[in-house]
Amino acid sequence: MSTPTKAPREAVIEVRGLCNRFGSQSVHENLDLDVYKGEILGVVGGSGTGKSVLLRSIVGLRRPTEGEVRVFGKDLLSLHEAERSLIERRFGVLFQKGALFSSLTVTENIALPLIEHAGLSRPDAEHLACVKLALAGLPLSAADKYPSSLSGGMVKRAALARALALDPDILFLDEPTAGLDPIGAAAFDQLILTLRDALGLSVFLVTHDLDTLYTITDRVAVLSQKRVLVAAPIAEVEDFDDPWIHEYFHGPRGRAAYEAATQRKEQ
Amino acid sequence: MEPTTITAMAGDAQLDTSSNPARLKISGQWTLVNYARLKLLTEQLAGKYDARTQIDLDDVSRLDTAGASLLVELLGSERVAQLADSATKLPAADRALLQTVYSSMRDFCVPVKAVEVNLGIQLLSRIGCSVDKLWQDTLQLLGFIGVILQTLARNFFRPKQWRITPVVAQIEQIGLNAAPIVALLTFMVGAVVAFLGATVLSNFGAGIYTVDLVAFSFLREFGVLLTAILMAGRTASSFTAQIGSMKANEEIDAIRTLGLDPMDLLVLPRVLALLIALPLLTFLAMMAGILGGAVVCVVSIGISPDMFISMLHSDIGVKNFLVGMVKAPFFAFLIAAVGCLEGFKVSGSAESVGAHTTSSVVQSIFIVILLDAVAALFFMEMGW
Repeated sequence: MSTPTKAPREAVIEVRGLCNRFGSQSVHENLDLDVYKGEILGVVGGSGTGKSVLLRSIVGLRRPTEGEVRVFGKDLLSLHEAERSLIERRFGVLFQKGALFSSLTVTENIALPLIEHAGLSRPDAEHLACVKLALAGLPLSAADKYPSSLSGGMVKRAALARALALDPDILFLDEPTAGLDPIGAAAFDQLILTLRDALGLSVFLVTHDLDTLYTITDRVAVLSQKRVLVAAPIAEVEDFDDPWIHEYFHGPRGRAAYEAATQRKEQ
Repeated sequence: MEPTTITAMAGDAQLDTSSNPARLKISGQWTLVNYARLKLLTEQLAGKYDARTQIDLDDVSRLDTAGASLLVELLGSERVAQLADSATKLPAADRALLQTVYSSMRDFCVPVKAVEVNLGIQLLSRIGCSVDKLWQDTLQLLGFIGVILQTLARNFFRPKQWRITPVVAQIEQIGLNAAPIVALLTFMVGAVVAFLGATVLSNFGAGIYTVDLVAFSFLREFGVLLTAILMAGRTASSFTAQIGSMKANEEIDAIRTLGLDPMDLLVLPRVLALLIALPLLTFLAMMAGILGGAVVCVVSIGISPDMFISMLHSDIGVKNFLVGMVKAPFFAFLIAAVGCLEGFKVSGSAESVGAHTTSSVVQSIFIVILLDAVAALFFMEMGW
C-alpha cells in the first residue's frame, strides 16, 4: 500500500546536521532527514541508535547538541517560547506507553488540550472529546474510565485520540503497535492509514514492527552509524547495500512480513 | 492560522427560506477555533430545515474534525454521507474527512451523565462509605498482622530460613541512618521541655524539679513517642514505596510465581529490622532528650551536672524507663505492618504508590498515638 505521493514534495520537517551527544557518547552525528507533507515515514534502527532521541529532538523535548530542526520552514530552536508553542500545537505525539494522565478519565485527558488551547467550554470540550474517541475507534464505554483500567490497545487508542485532539498536522508515533496483539496491531495500522488520508496528516512513525512498515509506510528511514543511512520507499531500502539492513529486511521475519503484505495487496 | 483570516473567513451557515426548496448555505472555516460560535449556530438552526432543504457546502474553505463533527450533528449522518459523495466542489481530502467522521459517529451517542443526587444523601453515602472502608481496613490490618505472626512462628523453628543479611541491611537503613535525626530532634525537644519547666516551676521556687519533668516525660513518653512518629514518617513510607513500586512493577507476582513467599522475602526482614531498630533508637532518644534537658538546666537554672545525676538517681525509678521501653516493640511491629500492608494494596499505577504512601504515614502515626494514649491510661490505672 506504499503509494508515494506524487504531488510536489513539500517538507514539513527538515533536520540538518543534527548532533546529539550524551557526555562523551555520541548518538547522532550530522544527521539529515526530511519528512514530507502527507506521507507516513517509518523510522527504524537497532536498539540504541537513537530513534527516540531523534523524535524527542524534533518535538522539542530535547535540545540537540548541534544542528538545525526546521518545522514548517521555521527553526524551532531559535523561536521564542510563544511562537514555539504555536508550532508545537500542530504536533500530535503518541508516546510508547500512552502517557495518559492517570488522574484524569479518558474523556478529560482528551478534553484537556481542547480546554487549554482551543478555549472551549468544558461541556463542549468533552463532547468533542467523545468525537475524537469515536475517530480513534474506542467504544464509548471507555470514555469515563481511568487509564489504569484500560487494556493496552485501548490505552494506545485513547492516547491517539488525545494526540489528535487539536487536529495536528504532524503526528509522531513512538512504537504504536508494540505490545498489541496482531489483530489489534493490524487494526491500528489501518486506523493510522485512514486518519492520514482523511485528516491529511504527516506521520513520523518509530517502529520495530515489520508488518507496519510493509503495510502503511510511504518511506522508510534507517538510522544506523549515527545518521540516516537511507530514506526511501521500502522496496528501495530493502535492496540497500548494508549488512544490518539486509539482515533486518531479509531475515525470516522480514520475509514473512513482505509476503503477507504482497498477499494483502493481491487480494 | 493567522487571526485576521479567522475573523474574515469565520465559518457560517445561513438558511435561505425565500427560495423553494429552502437552501442552507454553509461556508467559511469550520474549524476548532470557531467551534464555540459554530456550535451555537447549529443549535439555532436545528429543526428549522427539513429533508427537502438543499444544502450547499461549496464555499467551505477549511474543515477539520471539530467542524466535521458539528456538520454531522447538524445534518445527521445520512445527509452528510450523501453530501460527502455529491459535493464535488469540496476537495477530496475534506470529503474523506466528512466520511471518516460520520462513519465513526454513526453508532454513537453522547453519554448521559448520571443524575446528580441530592446533597444530604451524598453526604450520608460518603459517611457510610468511609465507615465501611475504615472497618474493611481494620479487618485487613488485623488479618495481615495474623499472617505476619504466623510466618514469624513458622520460620522461628527453621534457622536455615532466617534471612540475616536483609535484616541487617534494613537495620542499617532504618536504624543507623536515622540515628542522627532522632538524636538531634529529641535533644531539642528535651531542651524545650526543660525551658518550659524552668519557667513555670521557678515561679513556685521549684525549679529543681525541672530535672524530674524532663526525665519523667522522656523516659515514659516522649522518647518512644517521638521516635515512633519519626519512624512512621520515615520508615513506614519507605516500606510502602518500596513494596508498592515492586507491586506496580509486577515484581511481587514474579516472586509468587517463582514459588517464593513475599511475606518471607519482603515483610519479615522489615518487621524484624524495625523490631530491633526502634527500641535502640528509643534508647538513644531518651538519652538525647535528657541530655538536652540537662544542658538547659546547667546553663539557665544553674543546676550542676552532679546535682542533675543525683536527682535522677533519687527520684526516677528504673520502672519509668521500662514503661517507656516496653511500648517500643509494639509500635515497631504496627508501623512495619501498616507500611508493608499499604505497599501490598498498591494497584498498578505510580499514582497509587503515592496515595498509599501518604495513607501509610497517616495510619501509622494515628495508630502509634492511639496506642500510646491507651497505654498511658493502662499504666496509670495499674499505678506503674
